[in-house]
Amino acid sequence: MVKKGAWTGCSLIETRSLNAERIREVLSKSKELKKLWNGWRGSEFPHQTLAGKTVVNLFFEPSTRTRSSFELAARRLGAHVLNFDPQSSSVTKGETLFDTARNLEAMDPDLLVLRHSSAGAPGQLSKRIKIPVINAGDGFHEHPTQALLDAMTIEESMGSCQGLNVLIVGDIAHSRVARSNINVLTTLGARVRVCGPPSLMPPQVEKLGVTSHFHLREAILDADVIMMLRVQLERQGQAPGGGTQFPSLGEYSRFWGLNSETVKNLKKGAIIMHPGPLNEGVEISQEVANGPYSVILNQVNNGVLVRMAIMDLMIGGMK
Amino acid sequence: MKSIQGKPFDSPAQSYLLQRVHLVDPSSEVDSLVDLHVVNGRIQGVLKAGEGDSLVSARSVETAWDGAGLGCFPGLVDIHTHLREPGFEYKETIATGTLAAVAGGFTSILCMANTNPVNDSPYVTKYILSQVKQSALCKVFPVGALSKGLKGEQLAEIGKMKDAGIVAVSDDGMPVMNSYLMRKALDYCKTFDLSIISHAEDAFLVGQGVMHEGFHSCCLGLRGIPAESEEIIVARDIALARLTKGKVHFAHISTRQAIAHIRRAKEEGLAVTAEVTPHHLVFCDEDVATYDSNFKMAPPLRTREDIAALRGALQDGTLDCIATDHAPHASRDKDVLFEYAANGVVGLETAWATGLELVEEGSLTLNRLVEVMALRPAQIAGIEGGTLKVGSSADFFLCSLKDTRVLDGGHLHSRSKNSPFLGRKVRGKVLATFVGGDCKWTYRDT
Repeated sequence: MVKKGAWTGCSLIETRSLNAERIREVLSKSKELKKLWNGWRGSEFPHQTLAGKTVVNLFFEPSTRTRSSFELAARRLGAHVLNFDPQSSSVTKGETLFDTARNLEAMDPDLLVLRHSSAGAPGQLSKRIKIPVINAGDGFHEHPTQALLDAMTIEESMGSCQGLNVLIVGDIAHSRVARSNINVLTTLGARVRVCGPPSLMPPQVEKLGVTSHFHLREAILDADVIMMLRVQLERQGQAPGGGTQFPSLGEYSRFWGLNSETVKNLKKGAIIMHPGPLNEGVEISQEVANGPYSVILNQVNNGVLVRMAIMDLMIGGMK
Repeated sequence: MKSIQGKPFDSPAQSYLLQRVHLVDPSSEVDSLVDLHVVNGRIQGVLKAGEGDSLVSARSVETAWDGAGLGCFPGLVDIHTHLREPGFEYKETIATGTLAAVAGGFTSILCMANTNPVNDSPYVTKYILSQVKQSALCKVFPVGALSKGLKGEQLAEIGKMKDAGIVAVSDDGMPVMNSYLMRKALDYCKTFDLSIISHAEDAFLVGQGVMHEGFHSCCLGLRGIPAESEEIIVARDIALARLTKGKVHFAHISTRQAIAHIRRAKEEGLAVTAEVTPHHLVFCDEDVATYDSNFKMAPPLRTREDIAALRGALQDGTLDCIATDHAPHASRDKDVLFEYAANGVVGLETAWATGLELVEEGSLTLNRLVEVMALRPAQIAGIEGGTLKVGSSADFFLCSLKDTRVLDGGHLHSRSKNSPFLGRKVRGKVLATFVGGDCKWTYRDT
């Protein structure tokens, strides 16, 4: 009854090892579920593949979109959802992540979704527990479901990622969204470029298959897709002695911010994306975020569907 | 190992003969089958194999054993270990640390000062030495702190500590960021002819870094530590050694950039020496991909190019010796998220095996291995050891070179099991270790 596919029982920790076939499988399933979702009537969504299953959301960092969409996605498919709040848990008494997860696993959930500030946490966790783990963002390492929903959104507007000129702008060094998108988009055949202040570029980023640029105004000229990133102030980390990585938000906004002036030079048919939350007026202005090029809210909508697709592929219908 | 006259192998004897062992002793240029004659804990004679028979028949020795062609080497000398006593006994004690040492073929070790309390006073030095007297299985020489409390602000009472028994000075664990303090320390240590062991890292460049800065830190989303953080302090300390004519020994060198500076300093004739750890000779930043904290240490694992440069520098003498930086940590310090894990790995029980791996791969000759693991470290620390010339202390170990096994935590005698070699094939089996002629370790199948 249940097909054993490439995703069955697997964890989703990172995108570097995802081949085009596995990505395509998620995107097809997402499109299929989107059609179903937009067309249904009645009180129960007709695809209850997670009925009787329990999904645990373990979010150690704040989140609006990711957390809400994981919860909605699981519930739409019929699952029970446990939203674990570290703030009001024994984590505050010093209980470690691994112990917390092991204890929750002892309550027989089927899937664990983890967001954590420490790179590698979901991977290290998946070696210590038996149930599948979805990485909902670990430090500035990866955010796989974000990249998948971004790919879906790009394909909706542009048809295919193959050969597209994608520009990712911002604090690339501290961005898990950038890393995951670079991996997924290059696997799907896009030509990815990154743009931002040199002090916020990761070391040897070209080895990931991208070219780096320091000047936004030139870089956006040929772009089909522009992905804006929020400046990650909380991740920059102060070195002993108080060194910082760039002078001020005002300076950042002047040279790397997208506003009605900068978008004047956009290619016809180009789209503007942002994983959210926006720092309005810093990396993007309100007019541009709400303007005709923006597909930002489509991303949010697709986020629920992509997460439904992944959970369905991983644990749907299984006993 | 059979006793020719019926006594069990590890029973003590005033005079004995170890027959037909293959001795490799670079200090006396021996690499052949010998009969080793030990009297009152010292080497009485190194005879050609078989010549000892006359001593046996004349009953000039209490016991004689048949070495059956086993490898025999001067006891290894590790000038960089952390024994954690006083203050961190849950990680390791002098007893368990020296047990790990003799199990690994070491007969003399230096222990660093980052204990709790810090070894920055003669009282702590004396405490350590009294614990050594009580429970150590090998010779232990304390290293005194350079600055009070390792704070990097004021000089510690180095002279008093020298009287109490330290053999070198170091703030290891911490870099000395204040160049003025480092200069004054180099000047001051000349009084006592002590080397300063320098932990060369620029703390600001290190920042919150947890692994080598490069393509792999980019992929893994971990903050990186550029090679230049080591290079800068190495260059600085070389300049200060030139200025003061003091002695600097560089701990755990990990980069080809630092090697270049050390090479030039030696060509210039400065009193500069340097060590490298076994793990830096084998592992690189790619190994961090699993986020296993047994690959997290300071300085971090570097690149394949650095491994090649380190091996070349060890063979050609730019790097003088291997030192393990044996850093035991309990599972509550290591079995945590990578970014929060403590830095460091144990190494006393796998160092010799790593050396044999390098010999096997052709990076080092066996002779050079014994030089860098026994003779040179003893010379740098100014202690007796690393040689089996007639008259020297009978510090040696016996090893079966061909044995291999996959390393398991259960094989380790250290209280802590944080080793990057777990699950990896290690070669050579240390069968017995003798300190001052007494057998302090024999291999037992666990």
